[in-house]
Amino acid sequence: MHEMSICMGIVESLEETARLNNYKAVDKVWLEIGPFSGVEISALTFGFEVSTRHTVADGATLEIIQTKAIAWCFNCDESVSITKRQDPCPKCGSHQLSVTGGEELKIKQISIKE
Amino acid sequence: MCTVCGCNETKHTHGHGHSHDHDYSHEHKHLHDYGKSESGLHVAGMSQEKIIQVEIDILAKNNNYANQNRDFFRQNGILALNLVSSPGSGKTTTLETTLKILKKTISLKVIEGDQQTTQDVDRIKKTGVEAIQVNTGKGCHLDAHMVGHAFEALKLEEDSLLFIENVGNLVCPAAFDLGEHCKVAILSVTEGEDKPLKYPDMFAAADLMLLNKIDLLPHLNFDVERCIAYARQVNPKIQVLQISATTGEGMDGWYQWISAQMDSTKAFKAK
Repeated sequence: MHEMSICMGIVESLEETARLNNYKAVDKVWLEIGPFSGVEISALTFGFEVSTRHTVADGATLEIIQTKAIAWCFNCDESVSITKRQDPCPKCGSHQLSVTGGEELKIKQISIKE
Repeated sequence: MCTVCGCNETKHTHGHGHSHDHDYSHEHKHLHDYGKSESGLHVAGMSQEKIIQVEIDILAKNNNYANQNRDFFRQNGILALNLVSSPGSGKTTTLETTLKILKKTISLKVIEGDQQTTQDVDRIKKTGVEAIQVNTGKGCHLDAHMVGHAFEALKLEEDSLLFIENVGNLVCPAAFDLGEHCKVAILSVTEGEDKPLKYPDMFAAADLMLLNKIDLLPHLNFDVERCIAYARQVNPKIQVLQISATTGEGMDGWYQWISAQMDSTKAFKAK
């Protein structure tokens, strides 16, 4: 639901980076998105297309890099892979987990035309 | 910036136009493909693609504002609580009941977030507590920038309490740090016990869950223990208090929780 404001934030960052580095058009944007970032990728893709119009990233291609969710299991004392927040530890079945990865929401890289 | 070796050159070649008189071999594996198109063809004179690693946190702007808010709260010993829930869980009623009791002993103010109308702020003002309404329009959450301006207008006192009632939405406000001390999720028993599993991000982001409207439990098929177990499944550290804002049941525990948080906020007040 808030993907649109996330997209506006992306556009703002792209415009600012373009201004600072003195280039005119962004060709492609790679976003790193974790499963716990609270972002729905299909909504984000739609929002990106709309919000980049008439900006430095007008018509830019969007590439999504999906990261994996990782949690620290206090029982096993090690990092484990999970897919949902409510998942138990795949090794011991405990819910004594603390999410350590999967909340990523960033612009990883961009390609520009010179 | 060059994405391969991190240098500041954008167009350079790693050619060795001189002879080396050494007896070891070295491979130069820097592949600078700026002169190539995606198809791998080099077209002289054409503008070419350049990749720049930016690593920009998309929420950085909000997080910067949130950190500024948090600094202000810390310096002034203000406890800021971000109340989050779905619409109709009883956030405003819980606040009304709370304000009527706490205003006798604590200096407190309220920021009300809604998409439209000033109905909630009008209700809060009737309790005699100063409040400001933030209408987000089409926005589904409060952000740190809005909150910063709102509390500026409220002129908060030192060692006081600030309630931020977020937009009724169990999804988006989870992602936006407002600079608050913590999020308090309100879940009413009429909503069903599976909400923590259905909306895990919010319950993972909250420190405390207020299970509201417990006076209605006799009329419902709501398994309190199962609901708490679900909440702990997504957040093993979440504290839970059972309350009824209309009958006042369990509210003392909530006031004690606030009082303990205020004590520690004052104790850690940044000098």
